[in-house]
Amino acid sequence: MGESPLNAYMALFKGAFGSVTGLANTLTEAIPLIFSGLAVALAFQCGLFNIGVEGQLYIGAFVSTIIALKLAVWPTLILLPVVIIGGMMAGMVWGGLPGLLKAKFGTHEVIVTVMLNYIAIFFTSYLVNYPFKAEGWVAQTKVIPEGAFLQKIIPRTHLTSGLYLAIGMAILVYFFLWKTSSGFEIRAVGENPHAAQSGGISIAKNITLAMALSGGLASLAGIVQVLGIYHRFIDNFSPGYGFTGIAVAVLGRNHPIGVTLTALLFGALNSGALRMDRITNISSNMVVLIQGLVILFVAAPEIIGSLLTGKKDV
Amino acid sequence: MDILDVFSWSLIPLTIRLAIPITLAAIGGTFSERSGVINIGLEGMMLMGAFGGVYGTYLSGNPWVGVFTALIMGALIGGIHAILSVKFKANQVVIGVGINILAMGFTTVMTRAIWGTEGMSSQVKGIQEITIPLLNKIPVIGGIFTKQTPYLYLTFLIIFVGWYLMYKTKIGLRLRAIGDNPKAAKTAGVSIEKYRYFFVTLSGILSGLGGAYLSLVQNNLFVQNMTAGRGFIALAANIFGGWNPLGSFFASMIFAFAQAIRFNMFEVNIPNQFIQILPYLATLIILVGFSRKTRAPEALGEIDE
Repeated sequence: MGESPLNAYMALFKGAFGSVTGLANTLTEAIPLIFSGLAVALAFQCGLFNIGVEGQLYIGAFVSTIIALKLAVWPTLILLPVVIIGGMMAGMVWGGLPGLLKAKFGTHEVIVTVMLNYIAIFFTSYLVNYPFKAEGWVAQTKVIPEGAFLQKIIPRTHLTSGLYLAIGMAILVYFFLWKTSSGFEIRAVGENPHAAQSGGISIAKNITLAMALSGGLASLAGIVQVLGIYHRFIDNFSPGYGFTGIAVAVLGRNHPIGVTLTALLFGALNSGALRMDRITNISSNMVVLIQGLVILFVAAPEIIGSLLTGKKDV
Repeated sequence: MDILDVFSWSLIPLTIRLAIPITLAAIGGTFSERSGVINIGLEGMMLMGAFGGVYGTYLSGNPWVGVFTALIMGALIGGIHAILSVKFKANQVVIGVGINILAMGFTTVMTRAIWGTEGMSSQVKGIQEITIPLLNKIPVIGGIFTKQTPYLYLTFLIIFVGWYLMYKTKIGLRLRAIGDNPKAAKTAGVSIEKYRYFFVTLSGILSGLGGAYLSLVQNNLFVQNMTAGRGFIALAANIFGGWNPLGSFFASMIFAFAQAIRFNMFEVNIPNQFIQILPYLATLIILVGFSRKTRAPEALGEIDE
């Protein structure tokens, strides 16, 4: 590629941490990933693989947008919570559906969530292209009222109070899973469904609950982007936060602390990549490649040891 | 246009054409998962194949060299999956996710490095279609022999050989035993590791072959993320097909049929998005409607120490 690796890494690093703006960009990029990572992690704790975060975040984002537009005259203090909770509830329904189908019919959640992703993305695309389309060329809704905006923490950046919401939610998920009996039941089903059932824990109930909660968390990944950044629903706005969330969850070992730290790492890579793309001739997708390698190395940490010593057996 | 015109005989060859890449990856998934290794990475493996197909063709000018390159790249990425899951006993879902992301990054970065363009390669020579004389005159199924690529016959061969291998040979018997009860298979003297290395690598090869179909038959170029979820659909087809090469094929056909109808509906006055939703919605409804509890290989994803 004829580009000095040092230059590339310098650009990457400066973009991520080199200035207040860079740091703010890193945190901004991390916010949706914290939510999507938490969503995948919570489902994993119940032994479920939620590939449907991408669809759930679209549904949540859209419903939040519509509520904000309809209730525009309400005061912020009431409007903002209603908008967020409304979107989350939609996400819970959309995410809970595959859980319910698995509990009732044994339908594999991976297939259902994959299908529901496409349905959610195309359906919201229809809504924003036809009935809810704002004037103009772009497929987007009207701007939501300012009362529903998430406030900026640092002026002239995109960093909003969504950060507090993300960190608060990570703490909440931790307490729920490890300090409440409902959380214990969910983890018990994830650990060993048969043993849990013999112990009087309902598999069906917990599968549905875990998927619904996962969907609620997932929806927040979309909601914060609408309320904090775009201030409207835009067709196809997510660059795959839901899918990156899978990587964030697995790298974070499905633990809220791990998820938060991994989301910050990925946020740094993403914001650094934009600078690298501008300054060097290397595609910003280089960080996607790096993310993939990081995941594989973390999945099998022994690789590094075996490469160093050249031993055959690990 | 009458709504009934949507259903015409032309749907059959179209359905088969759309089913080919999904079927190939789904059978790859079947082999991998029958050996007990979950394969979420089909999507990335297809993408590597799609890229390899175009790159090999770009270098040589011959699309079959491209197909061969796709097989090699599929084998490499499948081999990585195999080594990480067998030798390093890493979490298989994590490996699959890593492979998908790695493939996405790798193919996009390389596209820019090779062709200097973002998101798209230049055009290459695609695989030629052939028509088999006489057979193409048969009513109804004649379309299968009209203007198809050799890929079609190759796919049918793979479906048959795959099914035969799994249900009529000793290797297949052992493969199924490994997926259901690795300990018993081990006690019986079967090398689980050897089987897993082979069949997980094979899943990469088959997915790579399917990916090259997308780039060399349907598009004649590589486009960033051109698999667009087909690997996940293939995974779903494999599960819905009951971890069986034939079942994988039929499940892929159902999905492809819903997709084919879509092409015939562009003239009907319905918003495009509803037409695009159709294959996914149909698959979902069929899935829930049949609502049978597909039985996974019992030891799927377990890491034996």
